[in-house]
Amino acid sequence: MENQQESVTVFVWRGGEGGGFESYTVPLVAEQTILDLLTSIQRNIDPSLSYRFACRVGMCGSCAMQVNGKPRWTCRTLVRKAVHNNELRLEPLPNLPVVKDLVVDMETFFDKWQDAKGRFEPGDSVVREFSPIKPDDPERMLADEAIECINCGCCYAACDVVASSDDYLGPAALNRAWSLINDVRDDIHTERLRAVSGDGGCQNCHTNSQCVARCPLQLNPTKSIAGLKKKAALAILKGKL
Amino acid sequence: MKNSFAIKLWLVQRLSGMLLGLFVIIHLMTMIIAIQGGVTAGEILERTSGNFLLGAFYSVFAIAAAVHGSIGLRTVAQEVIGWRGRSMNLAAVCFCALLCAMGLFAVSGLVL
Repeated sequence: MENQQESVTVFVWRGGEGGGFESYTVPLVAEQTILDLLTSIQRNIDPSLSYRFACRVGMCGSCAMQVNGKPRWTCRTLVRKAVHNNELRLEPLPNLPVVKDLVVDMETFFDKWQDAKGRFEPGDSVVREFSPIKPDDPERMLADEAIECINCGCCYAACDVVASSDDYLGPAALNRAWSLINDVRDDIHTERLRAVSGDGGCQNCHTNSQCVARCPLQLNPTKSIAGLKKKAALAILKGKL
Repeated sequence: MKNSFAIKLWLVQRLSGMLLGLFVIIHLMTMIIAIQGGVTAGEILERTSGNFLLGAFYSVFAIAAAVHGSIGLRTVAQEVIGWRGRSMNLAAVCFCALLCAMGLFAVSGLVL
């Protein structure tokens, strides 16, 4: 507790889209996470503060918000690492409608997962033979690279294409589609490829890699999207799309 | 949008971009070799007149540039000013046709 005497000024977004910042001065506690700090504010200063969390251990992806201008998962972000000039600025994730304070409406984000067919489709026929998938199978390895997404929305909030195009599916949904396209058991590869190649599809990616920079799990949605582009291009040339 | 029109445009832009990359290198190398010691406009026209191979090369070059540029402009119009729909597609086609006409007119001036 060597830093307990130090304090940090936290500017927290309050209200809806038309809200504003309120500042709170709180002690800077060693090894405290941003989520701990918010809980401290809610319990000790203002019980009306709204923010979202569930697991607190970096698994559920529900606590993401904008911390000093960058989307981060707050349960695994230490205050001392994010603080700048003893100040913190906490805002709701950009590119999503604000519900209240630090809570955003994730409906569009998850709708786009469905639009990108981000759901495993095993097909209607009865499985008569199992598909052996070895750990070193090339497609399995590609799926492995993309599969650990926790739906936190950091990439979606950081993406400049999402900011400029309402219909862009976004890095998370496209990354999910890529992991399924590399699953040999899945039965709707062409349909999914078509779903991610429409007006808001993979070809809109600017390859700025903000999603890569902001993914708390160090996934590479830009690479997944590049894979989708390549698959879609080959499908067009083969007359399948 | 469920159709694959957007990705096809993207692919055409990629392919035309690849073509342009190759053509720019050929164009620059030809220019560097051709103007050794300097050439006048008259001398250039003397060499290019009736050269239909060169005419075909620059016609494809001009068309690729028109296609590539207009698809790119369409994307910029969508993302920056939010212009979408049929009017935007029509404007992109008109822009492409204008660039093609200007490019081919310039090529005809060199070859014919």
